[in-house]
Amino acid sequence: MREVDYITIVDAVARLCMEANYFLGDDVVKVLKQALEKEESETGKDVLGQLLKNAEIAKTEKIPICQDCGFAVVFLEMGEDTHVKGNIISAINDGVKKGYTEGYLRKSIVSDPVKGKNTGDNTPAIVHTTIVPGDKIKITVAPKGGGSENMSEVKMMKPADGIEGVKNFVIDRVTRSSSNPCPPTVIGVGIGGTFEYVAFLAKKALLRDIGQRNPDPFYADVERELLEKINNLGIGPMGLGGRTTALDVFIEVHPRHIASFPVAVNTNCHAARHKTITI
Amino acid sequence: MAEPIKIKTPLSDEDVQNLKIGDSILITGKIYTARDAAHKRLIELIEKGESLPLDLKGQIMYYVGPAPAKPGYVIGPAGPTTSGRCDPYTPALLALGLKGMIGKGVRSKEVREAMEKHKAVYFAATGGAAALISKNIKAVKIIAYEDLGPEAIRELEVENFPVIVANDAHGGDLYEEGIKKYRK
Repeated sequence: MREVDYITIVDAVARLCMEANYFLGDDVVKVLKQALEKEESETGKDVLGQLLKNAEIAKTEKIPICQDCGFAVVFLEMGEDTHVKGNIISAINDGVKKGYTEGYLRKSIVSDPVKGKNTGDNTPAIVHTTIVPGDKIKITVAPKGGGSENMSEVKMMKPADGIEGVKNFVIDRVTRSSSNPCPPTVIGVGIGGTFEYVAFLAKKALLRDIGQRNPDPFYADVERELLEKINNLGIGPMGLGGRTTALDVFIEVHPRHIASFPVAVNTNCHAARHKTITI
Repeated sequence: MAEPIKIKTPLSDEDVQNLKIGDSILITGKIYTARDAAHKRLIELIEKGESLPLDLKGQIMYYVGPAPAKPGYVIGPAGPTTSGRCDPYTPALLALGLKGMIGKGVRSKEVREAMEKHKAVYFAATGGAAALISKNIKAVKIIAYEDLGPEAIRELEVENFPVIVANDAHGGDLYEEGIKKYRK
């Protein structure tokens, strides 16, 4: 059994919170530049140019890309042959507290959904844990903004709806979201599993890098088709009209119950924040 | 893209009526931040017949909850938040003379109608361009509801703050027009 110090986890999570908020992914920068070349709307070009300039300023000055520094969503893959001295969940929360405080990140979490006040340190984190073979700990911090999260949805469809039903639901969700999630967006889609698991799948889909297709050619084709259809909606950058509405669409699937066909759409903004470390 | 139009706050009815959807605008002067939590408190004061912590006449309200300022900075990144959350409260503020709003995303029918009635304009700023936008903010002062943290009402001194007219005082809606134009 490998032993890992509490402080190692705290420091790693703090650093990931800051890096995810300061540094726009190279994959996103690349696709934004391509979109700027192709964009037909003058307003759209203006917006895409601003997003690229913004990323440059954030990176150089180490300040957040967006004032909404997100809910700290953490994906934890815990090697079964590893032990963290002290509780790993509290280490993650201490890391979030440190990262958001020392990194000058906005604290956006309210302690109780109805009666609460701002917790002041952006805790608690949302932690999704998987136990995996080996003695490594893989931690991904994916800060999630509220504006795009609000444009997400789970639908319990009928098995008869099939893949066409899924496509219609995704297109309809993006159409209704319109300008609200700060397009160009990244769209995570979950298909299968149960009511709660399908939402997790859609969230997990957002951890992929732009252009990384589902390994199953069937779903890879659906991803390409949905991206084209979404970009033909005309919503455009910031919803002010244009060709660039989404930067990518990612589908994750899971076995389902014979009676159920859950589908989830998790919308992300262009920032598509996620940073990973393996300890 | 056409040369941006420069405007100064506070805005007159004439200033507002000259603006058309799609116009690229640079704002200079004082603007006021408020998100839905601060709006709720303002509406409670109006309902009780009490005076507001700021005079809204001719002013622009910016829907934003900035990130904290690093040492040496006047403000942290400060891009627009979703305007729709302020919609239920907006018509009452327009009736008190609010002339402009800066945010992101579509407005409700009620807000658009109130904008035509009271002659007001809605500007879209680029969501997610918060670091860039913060460079146009030169001074910051909290004027009410400090307990709301990032959601407090702040007076911002801005210089050439870049926005686009999304809804004008004549019923124009760039969200509707723009999407129609590029839909395939």
